[in-house]
Amino acid sequence: MQRIGVFVCHCGTNIAGTVDVKAVAEALKTEPGVVFSTDYQYMCSQAGQDIIKNAIAEHKLTGIVVCSCSPRMHETTFRKTAAAAGLNPYMVEIANIREQCSWVHKEMEVGTEKAIILGKAAVAKVNLNTPLIPGESPVTKRALVIGGGIAGIQTALDIADAGFPVDIVETKPTIGGKMAQLDKTFPTLDCAACILTPKMVDVAQNEKIRIFSYSEVTEVKGFVGSFDVTIKRRARYVKEDVCTGCGLCTEKCPQKKVPNEFNLGMDNRRAIYIPFAQAVPKVATIDPNYCTMLKTGKCGVCSKVCTVGAIDYKAQDEYVQEKYGAIVVATGFNPISMEKFDEYAYAQSKDVITSLEFERLTNAAGPTQGKLLRPSDGEHPHTIVFVQCVGSRCESCAEKGKEYCSKICCMYTAKHAMLTRDKYPDTDVYVFYIDVRTPGKNFDEFYRRAVEEYGVHYIKGMVGKVSPEGKKLKVQASDLIAGKQLHIDADLVVLAAAIEPDKSARPLATMLTASMDTNDFFTEAHPKLRPVESPTAGVFLSGACQGPKDIPETVSQAGAAASKVIGLLCKDKLTGNPCVAHSNEWMCNGCSTCEKVCPYGAITYIDKEFRMPDRTTKVRRVASVNEAVCQGCGACTVACMSGAMDLKGFLNKQIMAEVDAICK
Amino acid sequence: MKVSYFPGCTLRTKAKDLDRYARRSAEALGVELCEIEDWQCCGGVFVSAKDEIATKLSSVRALADAKAHGQPLVTVCSACHNVIKQTNHAMQTDPDFAAKVNRYMAQDKNPGEPYGGETEVIHYLELLRDKVGFDKIKAAVKNPLTGKKIAAYYGCMLLRPGKVMAFDDPENPSLMEDFIRALGAEPVIYPARNECCGGYVVLEDPESAEKKSRTVATSAESHGAEMIVTACPLCRYNLVKNGSSLPVVYFTELLAEALGVKEDSNAE
Amino acid sequence: MQNKTERQKEQILRMSGVNPLKCMRCGKCSGTCPSYDEMEYHPHQFVYMVETGDIEPLLKSESIYKCLSCFACVDRCPRGVEPAKLVEAVRILAIREKGGNHMTANDIPALSDADADLPQQALVSAMRKYSK
Repeated sequence: MQRIGVFVCHCGTNIAGTVDVKAVAEALKTEPGVVFSTDYQYMCSQAGQDIIKNAIAEHKLTGIVVCSCSPRMHETTFRKTAAAAGLNPYMVEIANIREQCSWVHKEMEVGTEKAIILGKAAVAKVNLNTPLIPGESPVTKRALVIGGGIAGIQTALDIADAGFPVDIVETKPTIGGKMAQLDKTFPTLDCAACILTPKMVDVAQNEKIRIFSYSEVTEVKGFVGSFDVTIKRRARYVKEDVCTGCGLCTEKCPQKKVPNEFNLGMDNRRAIYIPFAQAVPKVATIDPNYCTMLKTGKCGVCSKVCTVGAIDYKAQDEYVQEKYGAIVVATGFNPISMEKFDEYAYAQSKDVITSLEFERLTNAAGPTQGKLLRPSDGEHPHTIVFVQCVGSRCESCAEKGKEYCSKICCMYTAKHAMLTRDKYPDTDVYVFYIDVRTPGKNFDEFYRRAVEEYGVHYIKGMVGKVSPEGKKLKVQASDLIAGKQLHIDADLVVLAAAIEPDKSARPLATMLTASMDTNDFFTEAHPKLRPVESPTAGVFLSGACQGPKDIPETVSQAGAAASKVIGLLCKDKLTGNPCVAHSNEWMCNGCSTCEKVCPYGAITYIDKEFRMPDRTTKVRRVASVNEAVCQGCGACTVACMSGAMDLKGFLNKQIMAEVDAICK
Repeated sequence: MKVSYFPGCTLRTKAKDLDRYARRSAEALGVELCEIEDWQCCGGVFVSAKDEIATKLSSVRALADAKAHGQPLVTVCSACHNVIKQTNHAMQTDPDFAAKVNRYMAQDKNPGEPYGGETEVIHYLELLRDKVGFDKIKAAVKNPLTGKKIAAYYGCMLLRPGKVMAFDDPENPSLMEDFIRALGAEPVIYPARNECCGGYVVLEDPESAEKKSRTVATSAESHGAEMIVTACPLCRYNLVKNGSSLPVVYFTELLAEALGVKEDSNAE
Repeated sequence: MQNKTERQKEQILRMSGVNPLKCMRCGKCSGTCPSYDEMEYHPHQFVYMVETGDIEPLLKSESIYKCLSCFACVDRCPRGVEPAKLVEAVRILAIREKGGNHMTANDIPALSDADADLPQQALVSAMRKYSK
């Protein structure tokens, strides 16, 4: 028989306001096993914890019930208190009489009655508790960063700086991500390349960092501290360790008509290419979709001109297996397709472009060497219309567009408008906006400068239709403040396209069993208090894969994710969660249902020999739980038809005892 | 292939060509248009108010008749198509509306079983694209309209509301352009092809309608079109009345011409 | 008076199935409306005025007969507000009033005689839109 202590917390007036705490303590005194019951103003305070510790010693308690707030809040606190008094921490149960009771009831009588019932249920459970000992698992002191944009770069640098090895996996031939494509950055207008490329070089030169470019993660197994990851290194047909990045091959390649993705298809590259001058690694890559040699076996020009013999037409995809203690997701974003917004004539006119395309058009390394020229005829545009919120802030059930605000568009549009007016004062610039959202340091000042110093015409209203007529784009829009419909003959229309998570994020989330929201952004463990951790232990989030972010925010989050990773990798061993599934092998009928429902892949089936009552041996197929992988979700216990599967700390009989206590 | 056919009133009077050439072309393509018996006017426009019941009964009767024959319901006129398709959508998605309609229908002389939006409603152009196939039409063309630059005018009725009509991308449609290509001509893409001609407002405010039609015609002209093709008698009327310098023809006439069935051997 | 406005608002929302609170006031409906210049009140104003119960001016305005029902605002609205349905509901409310018909059968002969090419479709559509 247990010797149980009950501790009822007032939580100031949070609980005591609608629950008669003394009556609760009194009523629970007579429950089976209860030998001590008391109440206190703040049970979580040092004095409150001392009451618990003293009672454990004085009354030789074997289990305790704390009637207080949600276990999410202070279960860990009270478990530590119990452990300090020599009690197994899993002999502690919390009755949530705050969130689930005092906060939802208005009348003292009702609140008190319910608090007593919740307390009785907890007592009934503790009566069946047994001490649990968590297992330990080792920590592989190496981190994996998936995605090599500014988020991944910063995270990797910070982790490496703490002395841990890091691998970056990037699908593109170079790291750098979206930031490498940008021209200037708001609100300081420093050049993106000038602040990014030194970081890229740091990554390349850091001995602790390995870059797997042109690669992707294809399989993730294991758990926090010990993930087994398979990385596919796509064949680039150029020996990475031999190529010097001289670029001769990219000049001589006869296949000149390959749309250059780095410039968003606004100019062409060769079939063998280096995405941009500061690429890291600075190694050529052959595009198998366009290479004549790979397609027809006839050409070989690059191989002939290469002075170091780096070309290898026979290269194959390779798979690398590596163990990691922690994984950081930094898969970033992309602008959405403008296909479904053709009232803006994106598909009908070359002179309707997205903001990212505008970045390339104004970038000195872009298709026009930084001269702002119309894509259709190379002429200088004199009237430019910027349209904000294209595809952002749409109705949730709309088939086109996203429900959320893309966050970065207001600022980059102000930047584009300002830079245009600065460089080309003869240009009329209109920005159509719904709201101008500038919550960031020096952000609103920046936007005001665009209006006040640079004379950008900000018009509250939305463009309804863009009609290409002759050399002009006829823009029809509303000016809500003037109460007019405007008709502007524009030379260039720039759409601030909504951003969405990279398409690789969804399959990756499945591999990592990390959760996502309906927009395919990764979900954080707690939106306020654990913003860089995924709910899956050992998986961390960096940058726009978690939600739209600008560069300063991305860099902050990247550093925060790195510090969480470092905290994890510093440990030699991890303490597991003892509340894991356990199968009674004698009752297991080998049906595999639990294996199918387990979201963590913790259950496998094994053939095991059993000594039967008649002394014969029999081989039976039974479920086996990998306790290190099991997260204790309990899905298997409800799916198990024979009742063989049970969850330690939440045994079926414990839960039934709670239900019985409530229904009595 | 047999389909139920709803011609509509204008096709019986001012737009006989639209009907005549639709029938001849269908025959040439091996599609049997089975005209619905005793069909009634669709009303010309779909009134979106949810409590307008009686005005939608004629459409439901046509839909129920097609259901009884187990055939898709085909229309040629954009307006009829719009009204019937929107009515069908309301029957599928608004149970309250459907219940009220079926209560009315039960009062008919020979009431059939209640109707729940089962009929597939397709426009003649969709019939060409999805059931006949443009490849087959291309093969059946006897007089290709080679070199002709033709502007397809969709107007509003075929495309919007996009979610209900599900005809094509309402902002960048391609069905009529593909149709024009199948006949050997060259489609002209111009931005006003999905803007309104002025519609019935021509009776209320002729100047307003004139402005809309002129925008459409000017846009087609400035993009180099030699001809505008439409599926709607009212669109054609507005464009012609408001001085389009380009000929405005029904798509069925173009089809009949290309298929070599424009001149009927058994002249009326 | 207050009650009448509330009743009218309720009726308009029920008939149209529109929730004006979904509007984020971007003005795209009015940016795309081909009849903007003919209308005294514009699509976005219909949404706002119905929401705030300022319905009387709409009922009295010629704007309700100028809407083409082209549904451009419905398709292009980022929030799925469907302003054209609201305009239609206001118009129906107006024509359902006693003596509210904006067009009657008596007007037809003159209209159809005036232009031999006028398609029937125009007449029946106008009757549907302008009379109860």
